[in-house]
Amino acid sequence: MKQYSSKRRYFLPVRMVMVMAVITLLIGAANSAFMADNSVTGKEIPQGKSADSIASVKAFAEVYRVLMSPRCMNCHPAGEVPLQGDDSHLHSMAPKRGNDGHGLYAMKCGNCHQPENTPGVHTPPGNPKWALPPSNMKMVFEGKKARELALQIMDYNRNGHKNKAALIEHARDTLVKAAWNMGEGRKPPPLPYNEFVKVWDTWIEKGGYAPKQ
Amino acid sequence: MITLNINTKTYNIEVDPDTPLLWVLRDVINLVGTKYGCGVAQCGACVVHLNGEAVRSCVTKVSRAVGKKVVTIEGLSANNDHPLQKAWIEKDVSQCGYCQAGQIMSAAVLLKENKNPTDQDIDNAMAGNICRCGTYLRIKSAIHLAAEMQKK
Repeated sequence: MKQYSSKRRYFLPVRMVMVMAVITLLIGAANSAFMADNSVTGKEIPQGKSADSIASVKAFAEVYRVLMSPRCMNCHPAGEVPLQGDDSHLHSMAPKRGNDGHGLYAMKCGNCHQPENTPGVHTPPGNPKWALPPSNMKMVFEGKKARELALQIMDYNRNGHKNKAALIEHARDTLVKAAWNMGEGRKPPPLPYNEFVKVWDTWIEKGGYAPKQ
Repeated sequence: MITLNINTKTYNIEVDPDTPLLWVLRDVINLVGTKYGCGVAQCGACVVHLNGEAVRSCVTKVSRAVGKKVVTIEGLSANNDHPLQKAWIEKDVSQCGYCQAGQIMSAAVLLKENKNPTDQDIDNAMAGNICRCGTYLRIKSAIHLAAEMQKK
């Protein structure tokens, strides 16, 4: 009986430790469920000191406003035809994406969109990299809720295979920058470029968290 | 001085590098087969080939053509015998004819990249070339015919 009691005294703490371990595992699993949605965060985005879900989500709210503005969204359409104008109507002439995102046959982006903006209103804006995302990685913005878009961007398999460094770098890409220099008569995104870079970096550096909705 | 290769010939010209290629073709080199339509890349009348791509010469600066091969409607074939040109005559496509050089140059890129285009392929390729006479059905028919001719 004595022996049994001592075994029991020994066993109880072990059981408590095991229960605690299970709880910890469950919390970890819940976290990793989020991480699975944000696979790029798996190894590279800190979940320790610099992770801050509140600051990250707050920054993404600003990022989302920019990404859903016509200057960004128009070339991330849900369909095969790019969008055009501040009202994001279907691009006149209905050019199609093509496999590489550069258009089809005589309707390739670079046939009208020059390496630089063409002067005047209603003329084609330009950039050497002008294109839609390719057909095997469409990176659609149009119609995406904030959460959906955040998860998509943080997903290595849906974001053009970008890791954290590449995502941070993407905000410095010349085609992204072109959104703020889109030629006459086109409204720029709702944040100045430098502020966009700041919130983009904050969102990612703080963990790349997705908002609840 | 700007050096251009147009229809396999070399031209040395004195123009501002920002001059649209169309102006150089028509006003400087006197190749007037390529037409001015809208001036803002909206109609397709000014299409020429730049290294094989169907660019709109009204918005293409001449500096972009340096070191590249430009082909205009005058240089599409040696004797006006490109399958598209033959098909155009066979199907009597043109009405006023103003847009036809651009139409043919666009169609030539389609047939180079797709030897057997469907109606949908033709729509995808030609959607940027406007014909105010509405000869679209004859254009489509001629492209199909040219594709057949090209196989022989």
